[in-house]
Amino acid sequence: MNDMTPIVTTLKDWETDQEVRWCPGCGDYAILKAVQRTLPQLGADPAKTVFISGIGCSSRFPYYIESYGFHTIHGRAPAVATGVKLANPELDVWLVTGDGDGLSIGGNHLMHVLRRNVNMQIMLFNNEIYGLTKGQASPTSREGTRSPSTPYGSVDHPARPAAFALGSGARFVGRGFDVSKHLPDVLKAAHAHQGAAFIEIFQNCVVYNKDVFEDFAQPKGAEDRQLWLEHGEPMLFAGGTKGITLDRQALRLAVVDVVDGDWQAADVIVHDVTNRSIAHMLVEMPFGAFPMALGVLYDDPRPTFEAAVAEEREKASAGKEPNLARLLATGQTWTVGDNAADPVSSRPPGQGAPNADDPR
Amino acid sequence: MADQAVSKSQAAASTAAPDAVVVRFAGDSGDGMQLTGGQFTLSTALAGNDLSTFPDFPAEIRAPQGTLFGVSAFQINFGSTAIETAGDAPDVLVAMNPAALKTNLAAVKPGGLVIIDTGEFTKRNLEKAKYDVSPLDDGSLAKWDVLAFDISAQTIEAVKPFGLGNKDALRCKNMWTLGLALWMFDRPRAPIHAWLKQKFAKSPDLADANIAALDAGHAYGETAELSGPLRQVHVDAVPTAPGLYRTITGAEAVALGLVAGARLLRLPLFFGGYPITPASAILHHLARLKEFNVTTFQAEDEIAAICSAIGASYAGQLGVTSSSGPGIALKGEAMGLAIMTELPLVIVNSQRGGPSTGLPTKTEQSDLYQAVYGRNGDAPMPVIAARSPTDVFECAIEACRIAVQYMTPVMLLTDGYIANAAEPWKVPDPDVFERMPAEFLDQPNGPDGTLLPYKRDERGARPWIKPGTPGLMHRIGGIEKAVDTGHIDYSPGNHQAMTDARQNKVLDIDVRNQDVSLGNTSGRLAVVGWGSTYGPIHQAVRRARARGMDVSHIHVRHIWPLPANLGGLLRGFEKVLVPEMNTGQFKTVLRDQYLVDAQPLTKTSGQPFQIAELEAAIATFFDGVPGDAGGDEVPPNEQQLPSLKAVNP
Repeated sequence: MNDMTPIVTTLKDWETDQEVRWCPGCGDYAILKAVQRTLPQLGADPAKTVFISGIGCSSRFPYYIESYGFHTIHGRAPAVATGVKLANPELDVWLVTGDGDGLSIGGNHLMHVLRRNVNMQIMLFNNEIYGLTKGQASPTSREGTRSPSTPYGSVDHPARPAAFALGSGARFVGRGFDVSKHLPDVLKAAHAHQGAAFIEIFQNCVVYNKDVFEDFAQPKGAEDRQLWLEHGEPMLFAGGTKGITLDRQALRLAVVDVVDGDWQAADVIVHDVTNRSIAHMLVEMPFGAFPMALGVLYDDPRPTFEAAVAEEREKASAGKEPNLARLLATGQTWTVGDNAADPVSSRPPGQGAPNADDPR
Repeated sequence: MADQAVSKSQAAASTAAPDAVVVRFAGDSGDGMQLTGGQFTLSTALAGNDLSTFPDFPAEIRAPQGTLFGVSAFQINFGSTAIETAGDAPDVLVAMNPAALKTNLAAVKPGGLVIIDTGEFTKRNLEKAKYDVSPLDDGSLAKWDVLAFDISAQTIEAVKPFGLGNKDALRCKNMWTLGLALWMFDRPRAPIHAWLKQKFAKSPDLADANIAALDAGHAYGETAELSGPLRQVHVDAVPTAPGLYRTITGAEAVALGLVAGARLLRLPLFFGGYPITPASAILHHLARLKEFNVTTFQAEDEIAAICSAIGASYAGQLGVTSSSGPGIALKGEAMGLAIMTELPLVIVNSQRGGPSTGLPTKTEQSDLYQAVYGRNGDAPMPVIAARSPTDVFECAIEACRIAVQYMTPVMLLTDGYIANAAEPWKVPDPDVFERMPAEFLDQPNGPDGTLLPYKRDERGARPWIKPGTPGLMHRIGGIEKAVDTGHIDYSPGNHQAMTDARQNKVLDIDVRNQDVSLGNTSGRLAVVGWGSTYGPIHQAVRRARARGMDVSHIHVRHIWPLPANLGGLLRGFEKVLVPEMNTGQFKTVLRDQYLVDAQPLTKTSGQPFQIAELEAAIATFFDGVPGDAGGDEVPPNEQQLPSLKAVNP
């Protein structure tokens, strides 16, 4: 995000006149509403907000947000967004991508936008399937996923978006799911983060991969299966009866019982969003034996790419006059005079323009 | 003319200074031949000669020493008349090892001078060059004047006082050779001394050693003149328009042209690039020009390079990307996005031999189809081709103008030859170019305060709307847009209308009428070229005309859209010949657009056309035609002919 004067808007101000074309019941509707609800709370200015997407169901998102929007090509949104931020760092850029767009065809760009730390919010809608092309297995599909392209079940190992992001050098990794009431909080934290903020949003594809996240997302028993992380708070779930601790011998996380709320006795870890080592464990924490880690898993800003580029340009330009005539005459030059008797005079190197290149 | 040798026989027969001389330096890629050539070029420019160069180096950075594929060569053609090619056959070859001799000897003019470093003619090096017997001993060099001696030993001797190791001492060999060349052509050493002192400012010992080597080479010339085939030759200065001059390569000219174009448009310049031969030099040049409001971004790949440039254009800067054939192929889909979203973008393609990785360091013009047709869907895009390193400057400005005025991506074609070759350039006054400040929409342009992002102006261009502008929020993308509103619209009538609008916008671009470079505006034969073939075509046509042939040279800059008068112009000629360094791509375009019987003359050897090749092809159109003297002015160069495929009328 960027520091800017808060603008007063309502949810309605962020709705476009375009007919939304997602399937009935699609998780994208809930995410759209969550974003439209969050933007007014951020004081965001529609004129300075840009939603940039690739290709896929999720990437239709910009058409439904009343701001500037750019629906680009498959996988390349991070590269387009990088150009936008370098050209105008004042713009507040939200990137919308999916598991196919962001991790398959666009995996390379996603990696680089994260490691460069270009200041934007990156929402990856993970539904573990290709929706818009009618249901093929995606890079996040679980092993054995049956689909038109994998009729006998997929055999390749799924990517873990949050682990990918952290491994790529992301300084903010958040997680939520479409219908979660906590999603706006994660979006707000991502927006507050200066730098590339990666948010994995589990999204229910009701047509091709229905209820694939029900094991942890369904309201019933959610307490036992969701670990909502908060900075400075102990990692507790199941109504405070269970927690996450660090097995210091094996150097891995473990679930412990918490008796009578005494989490300190159970050695439950206090979440520190700046702890990169723990973040690596959280993004790899297997669901089943553990609850699903949600919320802000990691948040430790460092200088942004566009600021570094601007700073370098300023430093390199300092004291240099942008004189085009002089630039054109750079290097070893010679003058042909009007006097035919003395047609040529030269200016040897060293006496030419100060930034003369080695003439190779 | 380049056909005046510096050979013993000719020098003895005539004391007149030659009009032009072709010199080729060839050695191992570690021998510093490009540096020698570069410095010799500067001294040539300072002597007031016109010149053209052709650096020809291997794709490998440090190919195994002494191998045939590790040979690096630099050819320069300089003279007292206008020089437009790097020359056909060298008058002088400097061969620093057996491999350099073997790969370059055949090109040397019979009777030309071959200077050989015998110090490198060891058994091992001869084997690496696949010589069974040393060519120095078997009489195979009889066609040429040979000056063979131990340059390595001479260099080691010259730098002895500076206490360098053998390896470092031998690295001064290229300066020794340069010294000899400076003597041969009567050039002052002072500018090279100054350059060496500057280059080695941090290690004065190395500067002194190199200067000593240079001076020793120079002194050797004076001595050898007394006993050997060496003659000092003076080439007069070319009569030139008064003004300030410099040498410039095509890659530098692209960078400067882009900076100038962006300034004339009053736009910041954004350059997204990815390293690729031979285009990287453009990124390198621009990366140092930040004070001109230039942002360079080395992206993670070719696709990201163009996409970042599209993003920058969307945000209101002039986005530029650059690559060579393989990278351009990767950018194809994104070009379609820029066409669909109608955003300005300049794409520079420094063509090289293909397909696939092809010949990374060799030149070719084989991306013309790719430039004009190479995208999915009906995706019209203007294409401009530069004809020489200096011409690139103006072409780059023109590309920037069209991109912004017509809200379209534009491809600027150069090639490996143009990118690397240097020529003298009369430094232009930036104020002579027309200022053309870009305009952004800042208020609604539709009825009742509505915004119409795809409403077209008189040029057919849509408005440029910067994100950040209050009240003009809108969405764009690669999906088909509705006329005016830009909303998603797949309906049949709308796609027809938008396809037509995109097509007509590009076809109606205001490009200047085609002129005739040389000759008449009608007649028996038009030789139609584009790109870097300008020099050899021009010289070949000039010579053919001198022999009485009714032939004209037409050189096309605007490949797409073509100049409005080109069809009529071509129909004024009985025959049309299209020489190209590809298998006949522009020929196809001309046939398609004008139904003219354009005949191809193709060459895909990775080497530029030679004048003699073109002259021979032109002559076939004049068999039995009065005025063809069939004289001996230019001996055909047999070595280059096999790759030539002329289709006779």
